[in-house]
Amino acid sequence: MLFDDPVFSSRILTLLTLSFHIIYATIGVGVPLMIMIAQWVGIKKNDEHYILLARRWARGFVITVAVGVVTGTAIGLQLSLLWPNFMEVAGNVIALPLFLEVFAFFFEAIFLGIYLYTWDRFEDQRKHLMLLIPVAIGAALSALFITTVNAFMNSPQGFEVIGGELVNVNPLLAMFNPATPTKVAHVVATAFMTSAFVLASIAAFKLLRGSNHEYHKKALFLTMKIGLIFSIASAVIGDFSGKYLAEYQPEKLAAVEWHFETEEKAPLVLYGILDGEETKYAIKIPFALSILAHGDPTAEVIGLDQYPEEEIPPLFIHYLFDLMVTIGVWMILLSFVFWVGIKRKWSIVNSKGFRWLIVLGGPLSILAIEAGWWMTEIGRQPWILRGLMTTAEGATTSNHVDLMIILFAGLYLVLGIGTVVILRRIFKDNPVEKELDEQNSEEGGDQT
Amino acid sequence: MTLEIVGLTVLWTFLFGYVIVASIDFGAGFFNAYSSFTGKKHILTTIIQRYLSPVWEVTNVFLVFFFVGIVGFFPKTAFYYGTTLLVPVSIAILLLAIRGSYYAFETYGTRGHKGYAFMYGLSGLLLPASLSIVLTISEGGFVFMADGNPVLDYAALFTSPLTWSIVVLSIAAVLYISAVFLTWYANKAGDVEATNLLRKYALIWAFPTIITAGGIIYELSFHNTEHFNRIMDLWWMFGLSFLLFIGTVWLFWKRKNYGLAFGLLVGQFAFAFYGYGVSHYPYLLYPHLTIYDSFTNEAMAISLIVAFIAGFALLIPSLYLLLKLFLFDKDYVKGNKKDSY
Repeated sequence: MLFDDPVFSSRILTLLTLSFHIIYATIGVGVPLMIMIAQWVGIKKNDEHYILLARRWARGFVITVAVGVVTGTAIGLQLSLLWPNFMEVAGNVIALPLFLEVFAFFFEAIFLGIYLYTWDRFEDQRKHLMLLIPVAIGAALSALFITTVNAFMNSPQGFEVIGGELVNVNPLLAMFNPATPTKVAHVVATAFMTSAFVLASIAAFKLLRGSNHEYHKKALFLTMKIGLIFSIASAVIGDFSGKYLAEYQPEKLAAVEWHFETEEKAPLVLYGILDGEETKYAIKIPFALSILAHGDPTAEVIGLDQYPEEEIPPLFIHYLFDLMVTIGVWMILLSFVFWVGIKRKWSIVNSKGFRWLIVLGGPLSILAIEAGWWMTEIGRQPWILRGLMTTAEGATTSNHVDLMIILFAGLYLVLGIGTVVILRRIFKDNPVEKELDEQNSEEGGDQT
Repeated sequence: MTLEIVGLTVLWTFLFGYVIVASIDFGAGFFNAYSSFTGKKHILTTIIQRYLSPVWEVTNVFLVFFFVGIVGFFPKTAFYYGTTLLVPVSIAILLLAIRGSYYAFETYGTRGHKGYAFMYGLSGLLLPASLSIVLTISEGGFVFMADGNPVLDYAALFTSPLTWSIVVLSIAAVLYISAVFLTWYANKAGDVEATNLLRKYALIWAFPTIITAGGIIYELSFHNTEHFNRIMDLWWMFGLSFLLFIGTVWLFWKRKNYGLAFGLLVGQFAFAFYGYGVSHYPYLLYPHLTIYDSFTNEAMAISLIVAFIAGFALLIPSLYLLLKLFLFDKDYVKGNKKDSY
C-alpha cells in the first residue's frame, strides 16, 4: 500500500499539518496589526465604532490563536517525530531561530492575555493600545524566525561539511541566508494582506445579510485599503523572490515556469497544460521571464536542461504558481477598484455582486497562501535540505505514520469545524447593534 | 560548568516550570469535572475559571521550550527520541490540542457544556500519563537498535511495573500539586467552602504521591542499577524533599499558612526533580545516548545560551506583569473586578 512507506506518509502528514496550521498562523501574524490600526484610528477620530471593531476582532482572534498554538505545537513536535534524521543535522545549524521563535511567541501570548482582559482597566485608551504593541511585534518576529528555518532548507549555509561532519557552524549566517530576506518579507506581507481581506470578507458578508450599519461600512473600507497596500507590497516582493530563485535555486524557477531550455530573452509562461515537454494553450509573455529573473529582458535564464532528472522538482507546481499569482493580481484589482469607487462614489462598489466578490476574496487569499506554500515546498523536492539531504533521507523509519495520519486528520477536522461553529456563535449571539446600544445606554446612565 | 551542563540545566528548569504550571492546570480541569458530576460545581468553578483564564496560553509554552531546546542543544535526541516516540507523543499532541482549543472555545464561546468539562478533566489525567512515558523510556531497556535505527519495544514497555508506577505517580502528583495551589488561591479569594473542599483533596492525594515516588526508587534498584546507585549517592536531596513534603502536609492539616505550604511543595518537587535529573546524568537515554555524545557544536551552544539570557530578561518582567495584574491582584482574585473582554 502507498501509506506503508514511512517517507511518503511523513510527507502527507506534514502537508496536512502545515496546510492546516498556516491558515491560523497567517491570521495570527496579520490580525494583531489590524486590531492595532482599528484601535488607533478609533482613538484618533474619537470614533467608538473603530474601538468596538478592535475589540470584536480581538475576541475572534483569540479563538484562532488557540488553534494556532495547538497546531503549532503539533508541527513543532512532528518535525522531530517525522523527520528525525533531518532534525539531527539541522539542529546543529538552525536551532537558534527555532528557539527564538518560542520566545517571541511567549512574549506575544503573555501580552495578548493581558490585553484581552484589560479593556476596562484603563481610563486612557492609548495605554491599552500600548499593550498591543508587544503582541504585534511578537507575532511578526515569530513569522520572521520560523521563516528563516524554511529559508535555510532552501539555501543552507553557515557551516562546512568535512568528512561527513558539520564544522565551523555559524548560526547567524545560517539564519540570514540568501533566501531569508525575500521569504520573510513575502510571508509577512501576505499575512497582512490575507488578514485584511479575510476581515473585509466578514464585513461585506454582514452588509449583504441586511445589516446596513455604518460600523460594517467603516470596517470594510479600512480593511480593503490595508489589503490594497499589502497586496501591492506582496506582488513587488514576489518579483524579488523570482530574482532570488534565478540566482540561488534556478531549478525551482525553471520548474515553476516550465522553462526547459537555457536561453536568453526568455518568455513567461502563464496557465496552459503540459504535454511531454510541450506547453499547450499557454499565454507566453515575451521577455517577461528574463525580466522576472534578472530585471533585464535579454538576460539568460537557466533551464531544466542543466539538471539531472532526479533533481528536477515535480512540474505541476506551475499550476500552483498560476493560482497564487492570479489570486494576488485579482485582489489588487478588486481592492483598487473598491478604493477608487468609494472615493468617486461609484454605485457599483456598493452593489450586491461586488460585495459577493469581496466575500469571496477572503477564502481566495487563504487559498493563495496555501498554493504558495505548496509550490515552494514541492518545488524544493527532492531535497529537504537543498543539495545536502534528500527528503527520503530525512524521514523517520517508524512504521506507524499511516495511523497517525488518520488520527491527525480527525483532529484537524474537529478543530476546523469547532473554530467555525464557535466564531459564528460568538458574533451571532452578540451583534454589533446590540453591543453599541448597550454601550450607549451605559454612557447615558453615567450622565444622569 | 561545561556547556553541556549549562544547556541541560536550562532545559531541566523549563521542564520543572512546566511540571508545576501544567499540573495546576491539569488538576484544575479534573477537579472542575469531578465537582460538576458530583453536584459541587458551584463551589469550584469560579475559582478555577478565574485562575485559568489569563494564563492558559502560557502553560503550553514551557513544554515547547523544552522540546525545541533539547533538539537545539542535543540534536541527536531528535534521532533517538523522535523515531521511537512517534506514537506516544502524537497521542499527547492530540490531547493537548483538544484540551487547549476546547478550553478557548468554552471560555470565549459558550460556557457550561458538561461533555466539555468531562473531556477537559479526562485529558488532564491522560496527559501526564502519556508524557511521563518519556521518562520511563529514558531509563533504558525499552529501546533496541534494528538496522542502525532505534525501535521502541511496546510489549516490554506496557508490561513493565516501572511504567505503570510512573503513570500513577504522575497522576497523583498532578492532583496533589493542583489541590495545594488551588487551596491557597481559594483562600486568598476568601472562598471558605472551596478552600475546605480543595484542602481535603490535597490531603487525600498527598499520600499516593509519596508512596509511589518511593516505590519507583525501589523498582529502579533492579530495573536500572546504575541510576539507582546514583540516586543513593544523592540521598540528601530526596531526604530534604521528603521533609518539605511533611511540612506542607502539616501546615494543611493545621489549616495554617497555605501560601508557605505551596512554597514548601515547590521546594519538595524541586529537590526531587533536580535530584532525579542529576542522578540520571550523564545519560539522556540509557545506555544509547549521553549528553556528551549528543551535544551540539560550541557556536550553537553559546548562541542558544545568549538567546536564552536575552529572552529571559524580556520574559521575566512580562510574566511578573501578568501575575501582578491577575493572580496576585486582590480585587481580581476576589472577583471584584469586572474584566469583560
